[in-house]
Amino acid sequence: MAKLIKLDDKGVEFLDKIMELSGETITLCDQCGTCSGGCPFIAEMDVNPSQIMRQVMIGQKNIMESKTMWICASCFTCTVRCPRELDVSKVAEALRQVKLREAIDFIDIEKISEEEARILPSIAIVGAFRKFTG
Amino acid sequence: MKLPYFPGCTLKTTATNLEIPALEVAKRLGIEMIELDRWNCCGVVSYLVSDDLMKHLAPVRNFLRVQEMNAKGIVENENRLVTLCSMCYNTLSLSNKRMQKNPDDLQKINDFMHREETKYDGSVEVVHLLPIIRELGWEAVRKQVKKPLKNIKVASYYGCMLLRPKDVGIDDAEDPKILEELVSALGGETIDWDSGSRCCGSYHTVNNKDIVVNLSKGIIDDARKNGADVIITSCPLCAFNLDSRQKDIMEKYPEFESMPVVFFSQLMGAAFDIEKEKLGWEANYISPEILFNY
Repeated sequence: MAKLIKLDDKGVEFLDKIMELSGETITLCDQCGTCSGGCPFIAEMDVNPSQIMRQVMIGQKNIMESKTMWICASCFTCTVRCPRELDVSKVAEALRQVKLREAIDFIDIEKISEEEARILPSIAIVGAFRKFTG
Repeated sequence: MKLPYFPGCTLKTTATNLEIPALEVAKRLGIEMIELDRWNCCGVVSYLVSDDLMKHLAPVRNFLRVQEMNAKGIVENENRLVTLCSMCYNTLSLSNKRMQKNPDDLQKINDFMHREETKYDGSVEVVHLLPIIRELGWEAVRKQVKKPLKNIKVASYYGCMLLRPKDVGIDDAEDPKILEELVSALGGETIDWDSGSRCCGSYHTVNNKDIVVNLSKGIIDDARKNGADVIITSCPLCAFNLDSRQKDIMEKYPEFESMPVVFFSQLMGAAFDIEKEKLGWEANYISPEILFNY
């Protein structure tokens, strides 16, 4: 017998927020797992990309505590492979933005050693700070 | 052919070994790349959320310079903006597509740039040098080859930003061929491998070096397993992660064997027999000895 999952108001609010920010109709996700199967960062993640999609779909805001969206580096491998043409990279970006807009940064310039600062290309430093600061 | 050219920050600092040989090989192919006047940073990474329009201002402002170059007659009727760095290519392209698809966004950005003398009209086409060369034809490349890369096995590493997302990719996202075609035109041998478009870890190199060490090691090991002598790329960040980070790979995995990683422009320069001093080899961490004596 089919079971209906009913989201509470906070769950609906969270799902709507992520769908609005990402521009993706997350509820179309079929849970096929292609995004997780091809993700080059999967070994570093605590929650798979397809699980992230599912958790957002059912309004589970505690997914914000996962480190997965910070590991995602927008390589777009999932983006080009999703059979539903959903852009999981955009969903990860939306999740990061929710945190960053609470003025919580995920990088600390003080922790970059002088030696590293000397050799790192500007492209790496600018890229990291654009992704990890609000 | 005269093309407006956007270099980006890294080509002027740690990746001069991408730019200097690229300008030289382009010249030999009859392509004059004219640097934009007053270009600014593209932002490196594209903003992917719907409401962050302001973050597209930096990339878009560069397109005004292309329009100005045309207006001043520095280039003639040339709406293409050529890039060398994969990340600049990707970020500029994605912002440009957004402007072209959303007139309201373009209007807002133009309103914000009201102190500029021109308005962006959406006409610029962001291109990478590689497809420009492909359009000229591989025969044109072959004609410039003075020292064919005989018996040198080259692993073509595309990374992410040249291929994905699909609407900005310079080739098929899953089965790209352009670098292999270039290597063949230079007289080198290509290898068949699985890691050519696998991410190297990108900006994680700043605060999570271990991710990059693991991913880069996997890519280099795969190249070696498939017989490569050298890896080529067009991305200064991939180049740093695959080349300079070999120091960190060796610290973590003492049995690891190094492999040279060079820019496609350096490989072209070697095959075109351009003076060694102009190819910027001193900026490569692992010295590509195989390209000095073959």
